Amino acid sequence: MGVGIEVTNLNAWYGTNHTLQEINLNIPANHATALIGPSGCGKSTFVRCLNRMHETNPIARVTGSVKMGEMDIYAGAKPVQIRRRVGMVFQRPNPFPTMSIYDNVASGLKLNGYTNRRVLDETVERSLKKAALWDEVKNDLKKKSGASLSGGQQQRLCIARALAVDPEVLLMDEPASALDPVSTSKIEDLIFELKSQYTIVIVTHNMQQAARVAEKTGFFLNGRLVEFDSTHKIFTNPSDKRTEDYITGRFG
Amino acid sequence: MTRIRFHQSLEDLKENLLVMAGLAEQAIQRAIEAYRVRDISICDLVTRSEVAINRMERDIDQAALDLLAMEQPMAGDLRFILSVIRINADLERVGDAAKSISDRVRQMDQMPLVELPVDIPRMAALAGDMVRKSLQAFIEANAEQARIVLTMDDAVDAMNRAAYKALTKVMEEQSHLAPQALSALMISRSLERVADHATNIAEDVIFWVQGTDVRHNKGLPVKQNATANAEPQASAD
Repeated sequence: MGVGIEVTNLNAWYGTNHTLQEINLNIPANHATALIGPSGCGKSTFVRCLNRMHETNPIARVTGSVKMGEMDIYAGAKPVQIRRRVGMVFQRPNPFPTMSIYDNVASGLKLNGYTNRRVLDETVERSLKKAALWDEVKNDLKKKSGASLSGGQQQRLCIARALAVDPEVLLMDEPASALDPVSTSKIEDLIFELKSQYTIVIVTHNMQQAARVAEKTGFFLNGRLVEFDSTHKIFTNPSDKRTEDYITGRFG
Repeated sequence: MTRIRFHQSLEDLKENLLVMAGLAEQAIQRAIEAYRVRDISICDLVTRSEVAINRMERDIDQAALDLLAMEQPMAGDLRFILSVIRINADLERVGDAAKSISDRVRQMDQMPLVELPVDIPRMAALAGDMVRKSLQAFIEANAEQARIVLTMDDAVDAMNRAAYKALTKVMEEQSHLAPQALSALMISRSLERVADHATNIAEDVIFWVQGTDVRHNKGLPVKQNATANAEPQASAD
């Protein structure tokens, strides 16, 4: 099951560039939360702070608190431990190109020391089913490489890979922006299915997508969280004029 | 500023709706003038304008539908287009009411002119004022002005009830005047409908400007349905 995320006074820097400023919000468990905003507003940086990926850049720095359930990920927790709880899917599908479909999904488990064949088989099947890919690949699991799949299938493979380690949170950074409309619909349907079991945070430039899949939406601008409210409110009657101006295309 | 073409299209939509509003308002004025002076030639003008109003209703609906399909509007723009669609339908019905009044005037023209206990021009002035004020609120995106219109509807309703009472009494006590009284009653009913449409327009203006649904609730905000505003549970696991 998913876990709620409580973000308090979060600040992030790239060198001297203060990219996130005093972010405070509560991301509800077992729901999808969308983050929108113009390019460079800090939404991707924010998501990368939720699994401590931001700090992998040597000039990057983070202050503040991010609590997942009871665990503050910036207070003593190890990044590896955190990334087991937090899966991530990127804009471009990035399956391991030389690995089979099976090995792609099993890679996280193997990395964590699981070798029992039965456990691996069951996890691969369950993850591919959750990612709505099982029926399309079940006969080619070990024959085909991840790279041989279509773009949409590759993205669902990456989601299956993320789900295989049984995370509580799934971060998605524009997961459908490189996909055609049919593949995009499948990813959105998938998010809709998964959100009752995982806490999903999705960064998207497609506002209709945010409106379709998320219960909560946050609008970022110039490194600040301008507004965070129910998606219904944000897209029909936002409280802040900057939100209104952005989603109606008056700037951005 | 981005999406310049889209925002120009919204301006065009507003302009076209105001042209249609002008026609609907004029149709009511003409129908009442026809009643006042018993001039059938004015009724012909009302009939002609109804055709134009109907055509404009289709054009505006199509333009609004195109914008919804092609531009996926959000927030204030979305509310604006939805309001335009609703106001469009109300204005078309104002045109229908004008036509209905002028049809009654044609019938009354065949009957002897009699004195009836109903002040149709006064009622028309009040209903017309409501239409004018609701449209002014639309032009100015002024929710406060729209709220004033909501308070005016009761007076027209009261006048319609009084007309009903007085005219049914005429029908009961002076049966030879029943045809005239019935026509006057139908005109009164049409004017009461015009006032209702003005109220609807005012409610749509409030929805557009403030995002508040005040329909069927005496101008007070209606609670959103539970699913639309459902708050996910807080961040507890």
